[in-house]
Amino acid sequence: MSAEILFAKGYSMLSKRIIACLDVRDGKLAKSVQFVNTRDIGDPVDAARRYYEQGLDELVFYDITASSDNRRILIDVVSRVAEQVFIPFSVGGGLRSVDDCARVLLAGAEKVNVNTAAVRNPKLIAEASRAFGAQAVVLSMDVRRVSPSPTIPSGYEIVVNGGRTPAELDAVEWAKRSEELGAGEIVVNSIDADGMRQGYELNLTRRIAEAVRIPVIASGGGGAPQHLYQVLTEGRADAALVASMLHYGTYTVREIKEHLAERGVKVRRTWN
Amino acid sequence: MITIIDYHAGNLTSVRRALEHLGLPCRVSADPEQVRSAERVIFPGVGHAASAMQVLRQRGLDEALRAAYTRGTPILGICLGSQIVLSHSDEGDTPCLGLIDGNCPRFSLTDPALKIPHMGWNAVQLIQPHVILKDVRPDDEFYFVHSYYPQPADSLHVFASAEYEIYFPAAIGFRNLFAVQFHPEKSGAAGLKLLSNFAGWEGVQ
Repeated sequence: MSAEILFAKGYSMLSKRIIACLDVRDGKLAKSVQFVNTRDIGDPVDAARRYYEQGLDELVFYDITASSDNRRILIDVVSRVAEQVFIPFSVGGGLRSVDDCARVLLAGAEKVNVNTAAVRNPKLIAEASRAFGAQAVVLSMDVRRVSPSPTIPSGYEIVVNGGRTPAELDAVEWAKRSEELGAGEIVVNSIDADGMRQGYELNLTRRIAEAVRIPVIASGGGGAPQHLYQVLTEGRADAALVASMLHYGTYTVREIKEHLAERGVKVRRTWN
Repeated sequence: MITIIDYHAGNLTSVRRALEHLGLPCRVSADPEQVRSAERVIFPGVGHAASAMQVLRQRGLDEALRAAYTRGTPILGICLGSQIVLSHSDEGDTPCLGLIDGNCPRFSLTDPALKIPHMGWNAVQLIQPHVILKDVRPDDEFYFVHSYYPQPADSLHVFASAEYEIYFPAAIGFRNLFAVQFHPEKSGAAGLKLLSNFAGWEGVQ
């Protein structure tokens, strides 16, 4: 067989990723998260393992711990997850320096998630990207819809501090800037859609996806498999973050993936 | 006992944990003597080809790996470890280990919708059978993160390919060396199966 035949052109795309988001407070899943199976209530490691076994593609842990003393507990969670879950996962929440990032990576995470700290200090993206490679740096952005203005021409504004403080930064501009600084992926979280379970913010997701050449992960609003279908096709996202629809046991990873596969979306079919 | 070569190029922790999960004894070592005398070697790595080669040379690990290869030690390269076993990488125009003749080009894609790095889950197409790829099914997918890929000069050294506009080699091998561009330690059950297969491989093609 000649090399020319072997490397002939094709048109395959990567599988679309389903990523579960776990909010961790003081080493436990945040209170808003309830599980059908009472045995698993509260333990992020158990939840991670269960989703992994269901065929989940990736995990993200957000540390919403109030006190910095409890950071060590998160590192312990990361280590225990890395012992039993063999898919990529990222960790975010309160990472302010390259040293903070190094600690979670050494504990076994593939990627770090930066959000407010990167808005305040954009150099953090560049420094982390240089230290660990762009593939390890995920920029998360919380975005709110506003009236377009000279400061916010897209009508989508970055907010920080868990959605409380407007950053006077245009989301599309911030996405492009973060790519230039060395971010490897962008999580686009719509504050407007978050928690509504009425579907992702398709227009916002598509605007960001068309503005950058790095993968875009849609977040906020996923309540049913058809919402993932919409955002992975019309919304042009490479991956979708899911939380409550898994945590409440409304759907399993497999049900979501079967829905997507039936409608022609390429997903990793672990159930075959 | 599997020796995982430590040369400060990427996350060895996840490889070690995957082996421990499988109940396979392993040690992480930066000692050239331990690499020379190893029963089995895993050669992982993420990062830049030039800096990886520099560290390997400084520590004498390049010669140790060649010695292990020559004496028939089963070796598994992962990610960057599948690239720098070839003679050259276009990344930083870097002369590499040369265990297999070939080069590592960067993806050059025409479709603007395809992003570089190639990052995420993708299927692999088996080209030739190999003990390490035993029981890998057509639908199994593996986790990739890379902008360059290994291209052996002789296509007989390609055991599996993956498709990303082009077909590129995803698994290469020669004699007692086998190397995969993806991360078996992060590829769920399919990846663990591959690591388990490596632990039982005698190093003959």
